Amino acid sequence: MTPLLSVRDLHVGFGRDPQANEVVRGISFDLADGETLAIVGESGSGKSVTALSINRLIDFGGGRITGGAMKLKRADGSLFDLTSAAEPQLRGIRGAEIGMIFQEPMTSLNPVLTIGSQIEESFRLHRGLTGRQATAAAKDALDRVRIPDAARRLKYTPNQLSGGMLQRVMIAIALACNPRLLIADEPTTALDVTVQAQIMALLAELKRETGMSVIFITHDIGLVAGIADKVMVMQNGQAVEQGELNQILDRPRHPYTQHLLQDVPHFARGGATRADGQRDKDPHAEPALKVDGLVVRFPLKSNFFSRATGAVHAVDGVDFDLMPGETLAIVGESGSGKSTTAKAVLGLVRSTRGSFSVGARKASAERSAKPVQMVFQNPYASLNPRLAIESILAEPVIANGGRVDTETRAKMASLLERVGLPRNSLERYPHEFSGGQRQRLCIARALMLNPSVVVLDEAVSALDVSVQAKVLELLVELQREFGLAYLFISHDIAVVERIAHRIAVIYAGQIVEIGDAASVLSKPKHSYTKKLIAAVPTIDRRREHFEIDTRQVPSLVRPQGFEPAPALWERFGSDHMARVEA
Amino acid sequence: MIYLMRRLATFPLVLLGVSILVFVAIRMVPGDSITAMLGTEAGLLTPAQRDSLAAYFGIDQPWFVQYWRWIGGILYGNFGISVTYGRPVLDVILERFPLTLELALLSMIIALAVGMPAGIYAATHSEKPSDLGVRIVAMIGQSTPSFVLGLLIIYTLSAGFGVLPAMGEFAPLWQDPLRNLSQLILPAITLGFAFAASVTRISRSAMLDVLSDDYVRTARSKGASARSVIWRHALPNALIPVVTLSGIEFGYLLGGAVIVEQIYALPGLGRMVLDAILQRDYALVQGAVLFIAFNFMIVNLLVDLAYVGLDPRIRLGEQ
Repeated sequence: MTPLLSVRDLHVGFGRDPQANEVVRGISFDLADGETLAIVGESGSGKSVTALSINRLIDFGGGRITGGAMKLKRADGSLFDLTSAAEPQLRGIRGAEIGMIFQEPMTSLNPVLTIGSQIEESFRLHRGLTGRQATAAAKDALDRVRIPDAARRLKYTPNQLSGGMLQRVMIAIALACNPRLLIADEPTTALDVTVQAQIMALLAELKRETGMSVIFITHDIGLVAGIADKVMVMQNGQAVEQGELNQILDRPRHPYTQHLLQDVPHFARGGATRADGQRDKDPHAEPALKVDGLVVRFPLKSNFFSRATGAVHAVDGVDFDLMPGETLAIVGESGSGKSTTAKAVLGLVRSTRGSFSVGARKASAERSAKPVQMVFQNPYASLNPRLAIESILAEPVIANGGRVDTETRAKMASLLERVGLPRNSLERYPHEFSGGQRQRLCIARALMLNPSVVVLDEAVSALDVSVQAKVLELLVELQREFGLAYLFISHDIAVVERIAHRIAVIYAGQIVEIGDAASVLSKPKHSYTKKLIAAVPTIDRRREHFEIDTRQVPSLVRPQGFEPAPALWERFGSDHMARVEA
Repeated sequence: MIYLMRRLATFPLVLLGVSILVFVAIRMVPGDSITAMLGTEAGLLTPAQRDSLAAYFGIDQPWFVQYWRWIGGILYGNFGISVTYGRPVLDVILERFPLTLELALLSMIIALAVGMPAGIYAATHSEKPSDLGVRIVAMIGQSTPSFVLGLLIIYTLSAGFGVLPAMGEFAPLWQDPLRNLSQLILPAITLGFAFAASVTRISRSAMLDVLSDDYVRTARSKGASARSVIWRHALPNALIPVVTLSGIEFGYLLGGAVIVEQIYALPGLGRMVLDAILQRDYALVQGAVLFIAFNFMIVNLLVDLAYVGLDPRIRLGEQ
């Protein structure tokens, strides 16, 4: 039987001389009706370029197909040559026979058009529907992706919906005309883990309903287990291995596949936590950082002169302590207040109430003491591109009133070496380094002042999975060597499992569960923690069915003067407690 | 609505500041209206005659008394009497303003009608020879002084075609529309050319930005045609910088275009203000500057309101 899509020896290049700049170098695969192929690879592997070549959107991104053949079996059974088709013919294929969803739902929808008109456009283009009929079809499309209150939401513009909702709208658009092939390019990478689970569940259900084929592109091999029939692993523009799901996951042959499966953090339900916890050894040790009743509120005013009418309770009564040599991970979804907590500890936002003490010294609420340093999420944006590495590393010293003398230079050199960068890096500029190397630079910069606490705000989230593993390893080594305490902010449970001694789960500005990592991850007690952990994809959970749940994160806006009820805690074991739920 | 009222409430504050500035600035220019008006004859005046003239114009008072009287008058709609025209300042300004407003509107229409299509065309043919051509013309347009272009147009028409621009008594639009347009079309082209060049450049770069946005890729993935991608998806998102630029240029043109008015012998606001400064016609300069500032603020407000219409993410008056 003819496959729905057959790709043979595909080559794609960029620039003036595409033959010389090939990004995809000889990809071949077949996709049968109703089948799901997952393409797995890291950034630069050519996986997205392959996807965009199939519906020839690559033409608009400066790419050229330099060789090979792609044949699509159309609905009427005829074969369509995607490689040589002209633009007008391709327009009849796009949206009608091949639907596509992208990584960033926030930017993939037109900000000035209502979502209704953006969905209607598909029906207009391929079904010739107009007016009432188009609106009715758009409403059905929204119902299909389980968006509640669809008729009203049609009139919304994208800024009025959350990321997860927007990705559903994208799916509604992609599937509007019942395409027989859906290309999903990292559709959940920009989303929170529980939202990711929702989208994955929805995709699986729609696939069952429609019998469409799916090409699912991801960097996360854990996500693949839940949806794929076949897997293709890509590296440097080539498919290093492809085969059935079980064969790839259980008996990988290529070293790169083995590396992706073994060396990269995968969630193990508390089975891969660190065993070098410090807490029990010395019960009288002084904490490196102690936070008491931290509250951060942003007043809401209707205008500059009027009085506040309410407040966003970003962080609402957070307490924890952090021992030297210990990692406390703060886990939560976007908007939960985890980054605000970190910023308050650093003094980057003003805390409304609460106190910190760092080491033996008691710091005022306005300004943290210097022993707290920070590493940020995006290594590309957090290094000044105009400064040489030497100036970047000197910055904290100068800012702290120090001078750049031979001692400082010696420290720079030794730290660079320690984080695994060549000594001659000092004269170079940030653009000469890769993402992983830049994050090492950020770590070196954070260590210039001999801090006792390092706040790592999503410090490995922007890195490729295999680089992630190496940076985590480095962090653990540095922690042992310098006795550093880490406050590790992350949404990624698999990463947290590798580095945390203790975990605090934060939800709607409050810690709902805190305790040692192994017991929180293996025996979560609070309903939110359970939901969070259940949403983490793992390679062991094959084709598992997730429940669709459309509950939204509660609003953090409270009326003026509102105080939350004092927390009641229930203890489970020596170091594990959860907030009692109402 | 509340936003609109708050914005309007700031107008008097700004105008107060402008009034003080212009009041002080014009008095820092050496000379006075009597000397300016009578020229060399002023030397023949006896001190007594001079004093009585000064008292008649009110310029014998200390400056704060003068200022107080002026502001007090404005509150009752009295902007003072122009020394040169011997008529109320507001009448003189309002007589000149329709021409200036019409010229500014015509220039903006020309600029948008030429500049936006040119910019969009260049953006969609980026890095091709046609794009380069548009960019070169736009560069020339931006860097050619208006007197050069104005004189060039007059010269070409008269030397090449024996046609002279319609000079003579200016005919307001409502009296003789045809004659009015024939008088204004060349000045409007002269002003509109440079304006169009700026619009071309800004709409080209805005379109280029927008065309690489994710939602444009989404539109293409739906099978939208090139025309729909440009007009429906990209253009509305590229309009904000164009509106910003047009608002600033238009507001500027409402202050009069001295050089072009001079070349085409048009009685606009620009020449009026220039003459008033040369004549030390304090009341007229002050009144005109306040009027121009007020217009500029109105245009800015309209631009801000236009943003709301263009982009649903923009909510005015929220923090």
